[in-house]
Amino acid sequence: MARTVTTRRKSLNTVLAWAVGLLIFFPILWTILTSFKTEAQAIASPPLFLNFNWTLENYAIVQERSDYMRFLWNSVIIAGGSTILGVIIAVPAAWAMAFVPSKRTKDILLWMLSTKMLPAVGVLYPIYLLFIRLGLLDTRGGLVVVLMLINLPIIVWMLYTYFREIPGEILEAARMDGATLKEEILYVLTPMAIPGIASTVLLNFILAWNEAFWTLNLTAVDAAPLTAFIASYSSPEGLFFAKLSAASTMAIAPILILGWFSQKQLVRGLTFGAVK
Amino acid sequence: MATQHSRSVARLMMAPAVVLLLGWMLVPLTMTLYFSFKKYLPLRGGDLGWVGFDNYVRFVSSSSFWPAVQATLMIVGGVLVITVVLGILLAMLLDQPMWGQGVVRILVIAPFFVMPTVSALVWKNMFMDPVNGLLAHLWRFFGAEPISWLSEASMTSIIMIVSWQWLPFATLILLTAIQSLDSEQLEAAEMDGAPVLKRFYHIVLPHLSRAITIVILIQTIFLLSIFAEIFVTTGGAFGTRTLTYLIFQRVLESQNVGLGSAGGVYAIILANIVAIFLMRIVGKNLDA
Repeated sequence: MARTVTTRRKSLNTVLAWAVGLLIFFPILWTILTSFKTEAQAIASPPLFLNFNWTLENYAIVQERSDYMRFLWNSVIIAGGSTILGVIIAVPAAWAMAFVPSKRTKDILLWMLSTKMLPAVGVLYPIYLLFIRLGLLDTRGGLVVVLMLINLPIIVWMLYTYFREIPGEILEAARMDGATLKEEILYVLTPMAIPGIASTVLLNFILAWNEAFWTLNLTAVDAAPLTAFIASYSSPEGLFFAKLSAASTMAIAPILILGWFSQKQLVRGLTFGAVK
Repeated sequence: MATQHSRSVARLMMAPAVVLLLGWMLVPLTMTLYFSFKKYLPLRGGDLGWVGFDNYVRFVSSSSFWPAVQATLMIVGGVLVITVVLGILLAMLLDQPMWGQGVVRILVIAPFFVMPTVSALVWKNMFMDPVNGLLAHLWRFFGAEPISWLSEASMTSIIMIVSWQWLPFATLILLTAIQSLDSEQLEAAEMDGAPVLKRFYHIVLPHLSRAITIVILIQTIFLLSIFAEIFVTTGGAFGTRTLTYLIFQRVLESQNVGLGSAGGVYAIILANIVAIFLMRIVGKNLDA
């Protein structure tokens, strides 16, 4: 008796949850579907769901007309570069805070967090001016530095929460066995820290990839990443739903895939360890 | 045991991060403060001297200030209410036993990974276009007149788009919190015959209160500075010019840097008020 009720309830939950899930996912699904239609099919009335002639021509056109690959490459360089640079700077800092904590560690961590709260628009002109003076406007290097700085607090925080979970006894045991500081770091700590570092890299790559304030305001042509490339579709001419969809699909596909791996880290990374 | 030596090594290891962030904070902030007390028009005469608090007064007394405050509050408030309420319901649903839970989770979280310019443009064109948008088809299907979403219902549209982007975040955090709830406590209450609503109010909601607070604070900070969603949809027209967008227009579009910088200082103060509350919670958690 009890079991049949459970099964029925489970079925009900399943149906409801899938319906809601598909509804939320639908705009993405619809974009992906539309990217395989011709422009005429994309605006057909009534809308076509699966019964259309699948085509790849939009992808070819987007690449040909606007050199999609260049924007993609810019996104990879900017997101990847800022993440790697950020991790290189943050690992020693997080390490020191986790393993040699002092009275001020907490204050430093909270202060770093507070720099993340600085609204970008409040410092837009100074950064813009500095970029012009230093010749950084519309360069990938400039954006790498800015995105690294805006994500650095999150990187330090995430690494800190991961490092803090590494038990200190292991270090002491290694030291007892006569390990030098270098050996300790290389053979004991690093293997234990790698999963945390990998998660941090993943989440920050996603955040940098999707950043759309600085990338829109500090690039024009040369260094424009995908965020800016897509924004150029905001003033359309003629029929373009299918091409917009193809461009959008290409811009979000890599991140959707990476994103699925980073669900858990998302909570930790974006709540600064306040929810685990 | 931390020795004097390891302390100084630790300080050295922290130095690059601390120095960089200090520079990132102080340099632009000082410049913004400096500009905010000047009449500075790069394209029309450049630096025209000190004006005291003139920019601050003019920013708040301009006719676009209060509408911008109102737009900001409506977007932040609207999105918060929608994402928190739906996020709680969704988190509770996802916490139930079901088939294919992992896949549903992925479907629900996906919008968070879509870059803001993509989600705004996809919604603007493929859903909200008054002629070819899917919503227009839906409206016509039910015999209604399609709506020009982004001009006639601009605020609703922006709130819809932004809520879609942030619902996954709220859901994921609330789900994480719900999963840490002691299920025995709920079962005991169920055994005692407590109705669903009572169980929700007395057990689930109190348990979630901290997570809800965190969601509200973090989202507020991000929502106060949404930019791309407005940039590619309405461009600040139809009453959707938020404070962030207004400052952006003052600084880069009309190149009135002094006025824009004063606005920037207001934005920084506003964000800091929210940040203080968030830092308190995070700081407390750090001690635990």
